[in-house]
Amino acid sequence: MTPPTNYPPLLEVKSLRVEFPTRRGTLVAVDDVSFDIAPGEVLGVVGESGAGKSLTGNAIIGLLEPPGRIASGEIRLEGRRIDNLPYEEMRRVRGARIGAIFQDPLTSLNPLYSVGRQLVETIQTHLPLSAGEARKRALDLLKEVGIPGAEHRIDHYPHQFSGGMRQRVVIALALCAGPRLIVADEPTTALDVSIQAQIIALIKKLCREHATAVMLVTHDMGVIAETADRVAVMYAGRIAEIGPVRDVVKDAKHPYTKGLMGSIPSLGVRHDRLTQIDGTMPRLTEIPTGCAFNPRCDFRGSRCLGERPELMSAGASRAACWLHDRGGVGAPAAKDLADA
Amino acid sequence: MLDAAPRPFVQIEGLKRYFDVSPSWLVRTLERRPRMVVQAVDGIDIEIAKGETFSLVGESGCGKSTVARLVVGLYPPTDGTISFDGNDMAVRRAGAETAALRRRMQMIFQDPYASLNPRWRVFDIIAEPIRAFGLAKDRADLQSRVDGLLRQVRLTAADGRKFPHEFSGGQRQRISIARALASEPEFLVCDEPTSALDVSVQAQILNLMVDLQRRLKLTYLFISHNLAVVYHISTRVGVMYLGRLVEVAPSETLFRRPKHPYTRMLLDTIPDLDMSGRQRNPVAGEVPSPINPPSGCTFHPRCPFANQRCRIERPKAIAIEGGTVACHAVEEGRLAVEERSYDAPVRQRA
Amino acid sequence: MADHSADRSALGDWLHRAADSDIWWSFKSSSLTVVAAAATLFIVVVAFLSPVLAPHTPFDPATLSLSDGLKPPVLVSDDGDWSFPLGTDDQGRDVLSSIMYGTRLSLEVGFASVVVAMLIGITLGLVSGYFGSAVDAVIMRIADVQLTFPAILVALLIDGVVRGLISVQRHDEVAIFVIVGAIGLSFWVQYARTVRGSVMVEKGKEYVQAARVIGLSPVLIMVRHVLPNVTGPVLVIATINLGLAIITEATLSFLGVGLPSTEPSLGTLIRIGNELLQSGEWWITVFPGITLAALVLAVNLLGDWLRDALNPKLR
Repeated sequence: MTPPTNYPPLLEVKSLRVEFPTRRGTLVAVDDVSFDIAPGEVLGVVGESGAGKSLTGNAIIGLLEPPGRIASGEIRLEGRRIDNLPYEEMRRVRGARIGAIFQDPLTSLNPLYSVGRQLVETIQTHLPLSAGEARKRALDLLKEVGIPGAEHRIDHYPHQFSGGMRQRVVIALALCAGPRLIVADEPTTALDVSIQAQIIALIKKLCREHATAVMLVTHDMGVIAETADRVAVMYAGRIAEIGPVRDVVKDAKHPYTKGLMGSIPSLGVRHDRLTQIDGTMPRLTEIPTGCAFNPRCDFRGSRCLGERPELMSAGASRAACWLHDRGGVGAPAAKDLADA
Repeated sequence: MLDAAPRPFVQIEGLKRYFDVSPSWLVRTLERRPRMVVQAVDGIDIEIAKGETFSLVGESGCGKSTVARLVVGLYPPTDGTISFDGNDMAVRRAGAETAALRRRMQMIFQDPYASLNPRWRVFDIIAEPIRAFGLAKDRADLQSRVDGLLRQVRLTAADGRKFPHEFSGGQRQRISIARALASEPEFLVCDEPTSALDVSVQAQILNLMVDLQRRLKLTYLFISHNLAVVYHISTRVGVMYLGRLVEVAPSETLFRRPKHPYTRMLLDTIPDLDMSGRQRNPVAGEVPSPINPPSGCTFHPRCPFANQRCRIERPKAIAIEGGTVACHAVEEGRLAVEERSYDAPVRQRA
Repeated sequence: MADHSADRSALGDWLHRAADSDIWWSFKSSSLTVVAAAATLFIVVVAFLSPVLAPHTPFDPATLSLSDGLKPPVLVSDDGDWSFPLGTDDQGRDVLSSIMYGTRLSLEVGFASVVVAMLIGITLGLVSGYFGSAVDAVIMRIADVQLTFPAILVALLIDGVVRGLISVQRHDEVAIFVIVGAIGLSFWVQYARTVRGSVMVEKGKEYVQAARVIGLSPVLIMVRHVLPNVTGPVLVIATINLGLAIITEATLSFLGVGLPSTEPSLGTLIRIGNELLQSGEWWITVFPGITLAALVLAVNLLGDWLRDALNPKLR
């Protein structure tokens, strides 16, 4: 399960900061995010809408939508910096070294070309193969992602495939040039539950066979629990907690992660009420000082109001929470005293 | 387990709704294309007792949302009857009588961004049903009713002056619930009310709905594709596949002792968040098009237990363990009831 | 009943939101648009104040003197007369004053015909989009047929029919209404199509379904819920069509089927001047022409900006 640790990381993200300049000031959508992905590892990035998880993924594949931009930090793939590459060079990296899978399979495919043609074109862009060889590879890929009757389906157009089959084609497209890393942004969200399970199983199988690492961005803790080796939980543009998936899911260290896990209805004992985190994630314009989670946190102390916690080790994971610092969270915050 | 009340609060019998999705007459004639009819809802029977939460689950295209819209009268049924507290909804009534019935049932929608008129202030959105049914005595009464409703869904009276775009998805869904409660209904049809929300917000809304149900003695028809949510909130559950009900059972029974092969498949898709290593068998295949549904039992092409009879004959619902199942394999005893246990999750150490 | 303090705070609230809105911001940041808006405002104000501002009342025969005829503009000729800064026509009418009065008339016809087209178009569009099926098919096929004729042809046709029905004297009296009706009828299609499209999108939205669950009548739902949400695109078309309507009126008047010479719009002025163009009296036609071009250009620039500002995809 645990990936070998003696290899250098495949992907290194250091202090990544993504900003959106707007007329009302600069919004910081991703702030000081750092993580590594080892070769062959599946890292889940989970968070609620607005947490910055998709932007982190887009920053890595170089597809931030303007006016969004990487303001500072570094992204390294196999030791080579890729966050400052010119567009054309990044495009080559994106096809050959990093594959991308998006939420909506329909918009990832060109409706005017047959899937075979799209696969062959992508393969020939990145690999020195003749048309015949490329077509053979395309066919193999379609078989591999489980398209029944691939010989016949290769000349079909995207609209002739169902949603689940289309997502399989998108996965084949991402695998064309044998990338080392796949960034999958909500790959199962648009699909029905029974298809979701199939696609998750497929991604897992392919990555194991090809030793491809995956950065799996999703809001669905269930998908993460089934697929990922490690998970990073994002909140208001920062990583709240990162660690082995089993530890994070079953023994969360950050109060936000705990609340998040508790709010998912489970099939075990039926509880009358679900654990709930009151309030909502702050808008980017009004992120509180100190720990961004402090207004919603039951363990808030005076330190959480003023000082922003960095990731610190907590069991097998690391959590950005003063609870895990020797100094603790400090005295209960003034508001709590008033309530008591 | 047996029906206690002589007449159910909401009774749906033989409900059908077909949609004509044919191309226009001209195109059909010129291109010699046949008429195309989607059998969105194809003969279902449901009884909902007062005060309970009856859930419909199924994958997209199974017709569960159509049932919700049929029940509140957004579409007329193609066939079958819906009766509400003993009143057949298809009977033509005087305007006041219709309004009196409509007032008692309301609907909560899925998309909190589309279900509120963006040009209206929250106050007017919530006041609309009160005005439409003439429930408020005067302006002051209207004001106090709206304020009360806002507080009931944990918003403040001051929020009434704002516009929907000033709220988050979860807050909008609260406004939507306040509007649904404004006419003091007894029966709420909830169409995927939490599926557009983040999980932590979903928990807030589900808790709110449970609280309101208890306080206001509400009856819910709850539509969802999320089985864990359905398990959490429901008294009884109906599983739909291609416009038909394949299984109905009390919630615990359905999840502990599933009978229909499709129910079992759906339960297999629930992600294992307890990391218990529970065995799952993802079923191959996809939902076929409802335009030309398979013959006999519509699930037979995906069913590992299908035989010749399943391909030809549509199974009838048979009563079993307080619910009903429409499956030849179960009826013939070919398929044993399966026991499932979900070990209580190890709750996190605080 | 009126609660003034509440009204004032509501107004203040509105002003505050308007000043903070994206539309206002996008307006301020486009200097071309600001210039266009200023030009439009200037032309409109001057035109509507022409009875006060104009040096002459050019269409009162009592004030005209043939001896003033065909005076050139002061800045280009020593024969000019400062009481007729842009010169006079063959009847001795002051060109500047004629332009001011004519612009007012052109604007009135433009606004009125846009309103007529909007009323017809929005109503038919709402009905078509909301009810669909046969009603929709009939209305939209009529629209399709009408779209195959140029607007000017439709207006000519309507004007011709009216002329055939009533006497010439009567026609001069009602000419302005005929023109407004004709232009209005030739421009409704765009509104109807746009509104229909928006209505079909809006009526599928859940807030409309929520109103139906309450049991509101279709008319109430259309007026209260759907209509306010389709005003954006309608406003854009109205602005762009204002320019088109003014041009159409000018064209009709130029062709001699528009407003009579006794009550000339910019188009009529250009036609009058056109007859004298050959003999070298260019100012009678060129100045109204410049005014018309400036007005239409400014209005169109406003329309273009509004279209971009209201389009969320371009923001």
